[in-house]
Amino acid sequence: MADSVNLTIDGKAVQAAPGTLVIDAAKKVGIEIPAFCYWEGLTLQAACRMCLVEVERMPKLMTACTLTVAEGMVVRTETPLVAEARKSMLEFVLTNHPLDCPVCDKGGECELQDMTFRYGAGEGRFDEMKVHVDEKQWSPVVYFDAPRCILCYRCVRICDEGMGVDALGVIYRGVVSEIAPNKEDHLQCDECGMCIDICPVGALTSGMYRYRTRPWEMEHTGTICAHCSNGCKTTLGTRNGQIIRGNNRDKSGINGEFLCIKGRYAFDFNSHPERLQSPLMRIGGKLEPVSWSRAIGEVARRFTEIRERGGRFGVVGSNRTSNEENYYLQKFARQGLGTNNIDHRRTGDVPALIDALAGRTGVLATVKDVYTAKASLVIGSDLAQQHPLLAYQLRANWRHHQSHTYTVTRGPVREDKYSVHGVRVEPGAELGALESLRDQLKAEPELVILFGDAIKGEAVRRLVEFGDSLGIPVKYICLVDYSNSRGAVDMGLLPHLGPGYQGVENPGMSLPEMLAAEDLDAFWVVGANPLEHNKLAADRAFVVVHDLFLTETAERADVVFPAASAYEKNGTVTNVCGEVQHLRSAVQTMGVKTDLEILGLLSKEMRINLGMWTPESVLREIRQTVRGYNVALPVIAAGGAAQSLPLNGRVTLDSRPELIQSAGDTLFTSGTLGRYSKTLLSVLEYPGVLYGEAAEPEADRR
Amino acid sequence: MLYNEPSPLEVKVLSRRFGLPDSQSINTYLAHEGYQAFRKAAAMTPDDIINEVKISSLRGRGGAGFPTGMKWSFVPRNSPKPKYIVVNADESEPGTCKDRLLMEYDPHQLIEGMMIAGLAVDAHTGYIYIRGEYRYLINLMDRAIAEAYERGYLGKNIQGTGFDFDVYTHTGAGAYECGEESALLESLEGKRGIPRIRPPFPAVSGAFQCPTVLNNVETYCAVPAIIRDGGAAFAALGTPKNGGTRLFCLSGHVNRPGVYELPMGFNLLRMINEVGGGVRGGKKLKAVIPGGSSCPVLKAEECDLAMDFDTVAQAKSMLGSGGVVVMDEDTCMVKAALRIMKFYAHESCGWCIPCREGTIWLRKLLDRFHAGFGQQGDIPLIGEVAKNMLGRTFCPLGDAAAMPTISFVEKFYDEFEAHLDGKPCPYEEVNRFALA
Ligand SMILES: Cc1cc2nc3c(=O)[nH]c(=O)nc-3n(C[C@H](O)[C@H](O)[C@H](O)COP(=O)(O)O)c2cc1C
Ligand code: SF4
Ligand code: SF4
Ligand code: SF4
Ligand code: FES
Repeated sequence: MADSVNLTIDGKAVQAAPGTLVIDAAKKVGIEIPAFCYWEGLTLQAACRMCLVEVERMPKLMTACTLTVAEGMVVRTETPLVAEARKSMLEFVLTNHPLDCPVCDKGGECELQDMTFRYGAGEGRFDEMKVHVDEKQWSPVVYFDAPRCILCYRCVRICDEGMGVDALGVIYRGVVSEIAPNKEDHLQCDECGMCIDICPVGALTSGMYRYRTRPWEMEHTGTICAHCSNGCKTTLGTRNGQIIRGNNRDKSGINGEFLCIKGRYAFDFNSHPERLQSPLMRIGGKLEPVSWSRAIGEVARRFTEIRERGGRFGVVGSNRTSNEENYYLQKFARQGLGTNNIDHRRTGDVPALIDALAGRTGVLATVKDVYTAKASLVIGSDLAQQHPLLAYQLRANWRHHQSHTYTVTRGPVREDKYSVHGVRVEPGAELGALESLRDQLKAEPELVILFGDAIKGEAVRRLVEFGDSLGIPVKYICLVDYSNSRGAVDMGLLPHLGPGYQGVENPGMSLPEMLAAEDLDAFWVVGANPLEHNKLAADRAFVVVHDLFLTETAERADVVFPAASAYEKNGTVTNVCGEVQHLRSAVQTMGVKTDLEILGLLSKEMRINLGMWTPESVLREIRQTVRGYNVALPVIAAGGAAQSLPLNGRVTLDSRPELIQSAGDTLFTSGTLGRYSKTLLSVLEYPGVLYGEAAEPEADRR
Repeated sequence: MLYNEPSPLEVKVLSRRFGLPDSQSINTYLAHEGYQAFRKAAAMTPDDIINEVKISSLRGRGGAGFPTGMKWSFVPRNSPKPKYIVVNADESEPGTCKDRLLMEYDPHQLIEGMMIAGLAVDAHTGYIYIRGEYRYLINLMDRAIAEAYERGYLGKNIQGTGFDFDVYTHTGAGAYECGEESALLESLEGKRGIPRIRPPFPAVSGAFQCPTVLNNVETYCAVPAIIRDGGAAFAALGTPKNGGTRLFCLSGHVNRPGVYELPMGFNLLRMINEVGGGVRGGKKLKAVIPGGSSCPVLKAEECDLAMDFDTVAQAKSMLGSGGVVVMDEDTCMVKAALRIMKFYAHESCGWCIPCREGTIWLRKLLDRFHAGFGQQGDIPLIGEVAKNMLGRTFCPLGDAAAMPTISFVEKFYDEFEAHLDGKPCPYEEVNRFALA
């Protein structure tokens, strides 16, 4: 078979690989053939008949979404006959359409409106009674208005094929055919809203967004999701200083069209009524609102005093603050306060992996690799729950490329449905179980290994040895929990490692050690909640907390700074694969400051010179000084992801891997932050379970 | 007991055992040349079997009239996958009622036809997809299949030929659309009866994504005779390219409605007058639907024609599934068009826009029109809506709804006009306030 076929579309000569669909071939040369049911990457339906085109020597109009290119084929996509056919399809679909655009959420960005405008089917000849069905609420997130539905089956397919959830189907037939949820009158699903965003019309709407705005009244900001470590791009729609929508309909970013419930809807923590909007200071035993200058002054005074008398500091950084903030915080601690007592909640053993792979290139997988690799091995993670984007990529890889997936987990996972081999192990026995897969893995051309917190310390080195012994190219992903968990490690929020995995001379205290140290003089927590489940032994320590909310830790504080959220700041974050991406401020909340600004103001007040504290200047410094972070700025600035490459040297390892533990968040939880999302709390599926997917019994389904 | 008296003009090939005592039983079948064609075929090469079917110029009796031998030859010989024989016994085309007789009176003939098809394409499993409303036939076929197993005509090493063959019945899902071959296969696999995108065609990827021969009941039933007496003999019964006989289902306003086996190419007027005993009550003939409700209607003056696929196609209609519906001078053509559209609106699977929305639109429009609420613009609109469906739907059901409608409007424009201006239907009283 020739590797390329020549055809003509609207007079343009087109070359396409054999098997290419005419609709895709046309797109390549800038010709857009209208389509409701066709969606790249999903199965073909040929249901809407909008893509009809004329093809020479074919008696009938053909659907461009199912027709594959052929040598010498001559296609015409905008002849009078074609236009007339499309107009008639629109007239048909509008016969039973309610035409309630003025009150429809989709009005203004509706594909049906656009098409009707383009083909002039605004006037109908339908004079009969329309079919009416009342609107239904399927979940707090998903509403369905059947009359608006044009039955393109995009929602059904994205849920089944894309998400692997299969919660939507079609019931009845003929004109009363209807999309229906899996649990009679409601949905039990991931609540991701993929169906809503893929819906070309206003049939599926979201409880978060409906009736709150018209699309053209919003401003849009592309930024990075504040929740898990996968680092999805989410486009926030804002109006009157409020975020009212999250989506990624332009398919930009590493996640394409994908977002889970958290990236799409759990932005609502941002406007939670309990958001702190003023600094608080303990006065007479109670936390009272004070001015910024008073709060900054007080903290600067106490910190200076403690530093001068050689007191002990404990500094805790965040899994969610930006790289610039993390970098500046550790610089503040190390240079400003003279301490290596700095840590954060560690959720995966990244340093061990960096050390084990030291000196190599091309061994750290990207999110894209998970979609393209011929084989993947998931160890100790319920990927669909804990790493939704990676799970989505893996599933798409299997659907599009028939890639092989292996799982080694302690319970059933969604990946089992298509994995070639699933191994169930007792927690802790993961590494040993790999031997049973050795022969199968050896036969693969390449492999991506994704491992959770079950593999840490020495086990990481042994995993890499196992990978090496397979004799095939292997790439790794060390799974971590939150939006900048990886950045926290990279930026040196560790007692023994500075930025870029540089060992420090006198390693400081780890977080548990700080909590246990009775003689701690100051405990400074920037965007974390270590006292949620722990007590601070040092009763008399001066406690400073930056947070959005009055968390358990903030309640113990002497001074609380109201911090800006990730959606209110600029900067960069690093995802689970080490890909650096741009955060962009979408809204402002009155009375708050970004952690970077708070750090800057404090340093100024304390007369410590740590350099300028704008995100740009700190990033410049990071790019110059932090190993692996000399990433391409234009890529990031343009909304892309640039992978950091920290593998040029051994890493001093901490000998206490027991400090590393994933929080085990599900699709519906997100640490302390998640508690402030009404959406997450409202869905029936909350709080979700790990390893709870019903799986087929047999382990090997090859 | 037979449903109707046979006609002396019939040429009984497929129906020759109809009416024999205990005709369903394998004993009767064996006593009347049953399973001899299978033995003969088992000694032939697959190519020879297919060739014999080609020579017979047997064309599919399900509606489209595709040459059966050619269809069988599309099955890839060297595919490593299992291959399947599927019988379309979903008989749901209005006006068609022949498959039920073939199964009711002579179930073993169908089984034997399937077995020969199995020999021809190296298939060892057959499914009979039987319209769910034919519950009694499913039981009857199951009994016949059980008998065949007992007597060694199904199962392993059939009659020492080394050929294995299993047959299962499958209950239809209550939809006309499930008779469309690809929707049938979906339904057979336990899914919603929605058609598939083609290509690939069933011969290459059919049931369970394996090569599949899918034919109508009557098509398979013709095969034993073809093998036994030779393709040429069968071909000679009909007209060129239209071999053999066919079971015509004569219904409507005739004196002797019934199923009659007549040679292909039998004259339609003769069929009505001589086989069917003429139009009921001495009335004049107004129109005939020659091949089931999907076929464009013929006016009385167009009916002097040979009933084979090609001649009827020349008359811009179709031989379809052999359902000949006769309408006398008292029949309201608007109502006939409405009745047909009610069926298609009810049976549209709803998958594609033009059929889903077009059929219900036309049904409502015709309903209103027939009740006397028609407006001038409605008559061309009916034709335009139908034309907008034609050739643009996902499967042929949309065409099947559009084609007769277009023909009714074109050929009986005056009858549509007679319903205008608030005039009630000239043929019957209509409850004008009971629009469906
Ligand atoms: C809407 C629709 C309904 C059909 N129903 C039937 C049916 O009930 N029985 C049948 O044999 N063929 C039916 N057909 C035709 C089948 O698709 C197919 O062409 C036929 O079964 C092939 O068998 P043949 O080649 O023996 O005719 C139908 C086709 C369409 C489009
Ligand atoms: S609800 Fe939307 S996406 Fe789903 S079938 Fe209807 S129009 Fe398509
Ligand atoms: S997968 Fe992770 S990064 Fe992506 S939207 Fe969900 S929580 Fe956010
Ligand atoms: S034409 Fe379309 S709606 Fe009608 S039966 Fe076929 S696929 Fe279904
Ligand atoms: S896009 Fe081709 S039929 Fe819908």
